[in-house]
Amino acid sequence: MSAKPYAITLDVGSSLANKTGSWREERAVYVDRMPPCNDACPAGENIQAWLYEAEEGEGGYERAWRKLVEDNPLPAVMGRVCYHPCETACNRGQLDEAVGIHSVERFLGDEAIKRGWQLERGAEPSGKRVLVVGAGPSGLSAAYHLTRLGHAVTIRDAGPMAGGMMRFGIPRYRLPRDVLEAEIQRILDLGVELELNHKVEDVLEAMREGGFDAAFLAVGAHIGRRAYVPAGEAERIVDAVSLLEGLEEGEKPLLGRRVAVYGGGDTAMDAARTARRLGATDAVVIYRRTRERMPAHDFEVAEAEEEGVMMRWLSTVKHFEDGKLLLERMELDEGGFPQPTGETEELEADSLVLALGQEADLSLLDGVPGIEVADGVVEVGPNMMTGHAGVFAGGDMVPAERTVTVGVGHGKRAARHIDAWLRGDEHEPPLRHELAGFDLLNTWYYSEAPRAEQPRLEAVRRASSFDEVVGGLDESNALFEARRCLSCGNCFSCDNCYGVCPDNAVIKLGAPGERYEIDLDFCKGCGLCVAECPCGAIEMVPEET
Amino acid sequence: MAEHAETETGERDQRVRFYQVGSHVVGNRLLDPEQRTVQARMDRSNTLTSGHRACRGCGEALGARYVLDAAMRASEGKLVAANATGCLEVFSTPFPESSWQLPWIHSLFGNAPAVASGVAAALRAKGREDVRVVGQGGDGGTVDIGFGCLSGMFERNDDVLYVCYDNEAYMNTGVQRSGATPPAARTANTKPIGEHPGNAFGQGKDMPRIAMAHGIPYVATATVSEPHDLERKVETAIGLRGARYIHVFVPCPLGWGAEPRDTIKLARLVKETGLFPVFEAIDGEVTGVSKIRRRTPVEEYLRPQRRYAHLFGEHPRPDIVERLQAIADRNIREYGLFGDGSEEEVGW
Repeated sequence: MSAKPYAITLDVGSSLANKTGSWREERAVYVDRMPPCNDACPAGENIQAWLYEAEEGEGGYERAWRKLVEDNPLPAVMGRVCYHPCETACNRGQLDEAVGIHSVERFLGDEAIKRGWQLERGAEPSGKRVLVVGAGPSGLSAAYHLTRLGHAVTIRDAGPMAGGMMRFGIPRYRLPRDVLEAEIQRILDLGVELELNHKVEDVLEAMREGGFDAAFLAVGAHIGRRAYVPAGEAERIVDAVSLLEGLEEGEKPLLGRRVAVYGGGDTAMDAARTARRLGATDAVVIYRRTRERMPAHDFEVAEAEEEGVMMRWLSTVKHFEDGKLLLERMELDEGGFPQPTGETEELEADSLVLALGQEADLSLLDGVPGIEVADGVVEVGPNMMTGHAGVFAGGDMVPAERTVTVGVGHGKRAARHIDAWLRGDEHEPPLRHELAGFDLLNTWYYSEAPRAEQPRLEAVRRASSFDEVVGGLDESNALFEARRCLSCGNCFSCDNCYGVCPDNAVIKLGAPGERYEIDLDFCKGCGLCVAECPCGAIEMVPEET
Repeated sequence: MAEHAETETGERDQRVRFYQVGSHVVGNRLLDPEQRTVQARMDRSNTLTSGHRACRGCGEALGARYVLDAAMRASEGKLVAANATGCLEVFSTPFPESSWQLPWIHSLFGNAPAVASGVAAALRAKGREDVRVVGQGGDGGTVDIGFGCLSGMFERNDDVLYVCYDNEAYMNTGVQRSGATPPAARTANTKPIGEHPGNAFGQGKDMPRIAMAHGIPYVATATVSEPHDLERKVETAIGLRGARYIHVFVPCPLGWGAEPRDTIKLARLVKETGLFPVFEAIDGEVTGVSKIRRRTPVEEYLRPQRRYAHLFGEHPRPDIVERLQAIADRNIREYGLFGDGSEEEVGW
């Protein structure tokens, strides 16, 4: 006989003895997914990670900038000139408007310049020497990353100033030169040697003479493509690249009052907008196809139009004589190709600027064994190495989209492979996580927040000066914009999983950033944490039976 | 609570708010820890601890922990709960185990309010009015079986916070209709057959309004999808004396034929459709409503639940869906649930 009263024959205990985890058919697993912005960034920036730091405001900006420059040493430049494929990919674009990643990047870049934040060197000296040819975005990026990896770098550039196309191709109303110079100087301050006005004629010879262990070529594409336009002797025809380059070197190009620009890319827009600033009353872009088929970015076309640049779609230049251009009207055929119609018209012009694309000067590779050139560019492998061992190449001189960002990305990628190659090793890029698509998000948790717009210079002032057109965000706007990030695919410590588990089976490990763990003793596998995770950082995985 | 804090600091730059996640998530690393929910805290009471036998994705288990953890914090840990018979009691205390981590007393199905009143009276007699009393039960124990005791507790203005976890039927005994079962819903005894399938229209009780009619100091409704709102209401209630009533909407995956992972989604949708008005009332007068943020047709709420499957499928009943929509529309009109700016604009 038990001494205990009726119905209390067992000791009272906690339900913690009842391991309800045994009910489970699926378990919740924390994952990290690839945010679309990071996935789309040609420079391989970890955008989400630096936005996360920036979201903290004042205390986080320097950490954000340091995170950013792990991949890209030119954020103030990039925040201005990058065409931000990250924003095109941004999931927030499907919710309201994409996060203004470029404007936050620019803010961080400008803060760094203002506050004098310096880059860090990184690894111990390796004793290896690398020659970088070309001081454009790709060359500077490679030099920076190689230096951080411990190698001694010398950059040689044929021009009188560093920056490449950032200086000689992008007008200063899009990229003020003090910003460019500050970011270049910061790279040089790491101990990168820069030799200007030093054209490398023969790369192998230069490597031998200088005792370089490897070379990274990034000479860009600086030669304006010419088209044969029958013209009178007195007619003024210049190419856009020379125009922009000459201007940068202090020339005062005489274009006259009526300037026609032939071409439909960003350079055509830059040339037309520059012409307006140089005093042209009429700047007309002539393009053989339609606006929809124009390679120029929409915002470039829109800004050009705001500044009074006119467009002549579906037109080609037949010849140029007596201050008159003869244009032929085109028609798009079924395949979208322009076909001549035979109809012509005249357009008065004092000069014609050709913006028909650019070619690379590859003479430094003449006679180098193993090099393959196709369509005017140098073939490289996935490791950015040309057919000649130890000679790597990137930027506009290799087959790729020709943008500053792509160039910076090439520089970084090449640096990692050069580093591995110098160590007799191979660089294995880390595996990419699964993409964090919009459908993985629970957007209920994100509040409506319209994008913070950057201020713009009035059109009147734009037509008369090279002042920067687009202004930066101020501190509060930048913080607001950073906080619009949805953190797609990666935990941002919102505590939702911890809060919504009916079984208290999510263990919070500590302060924000320290994340969570599933207590498999009690997780019944309901999936609420997965359904209510705003950013898609948890998934259900079937239990093995 | 977050919305309060933001209103108070409204003078600060309005543009720098917590737009990344608003204040809808449980925690927010950008918020001051004091402004995050109790559920975000590592030291929350976990009044209902792990190992309970509630079904996967149980809304009631979640609601009870939300309410009692908040009440524990608001009462500085001096809390007693009297619990009616029902799912909540059955799944939490199968002899000899208990999931409760607070003083907890089990009553009959119908007398939890009276037991709570008695506990409050005993505490008063002992001069321990610092200890606060919560009575709680499901919708059956509250709106049907315990209704008389509850009405008495209200009428006497006993110092008890009574919380009803409403999952809209007697789930514990096999999903039978209660006075809180909504029209057209299928239960074990409201079959989805005939001209008027499911529960009848025009029956049932609107318990929050009945509570308000008693003129008690505080009545509020809430759902498990908005922990900030729910916790703020519990905190408000604990801060008041006399009879108080909170009606918490808690989806039941088993009884409703819903996916366990959809519990919070359904709680969100019931509010966003207007079918369940979320409001609070002081002394019998409505003083605040939670606005609908993304107005949603009732169909989106009904479709994921098999208890409404007879309204769709092979022989759909758009006429019935329309009648349910009319109920939602009426709520929206009557309580002013939509318009006059979104939640964001009124201080979220």
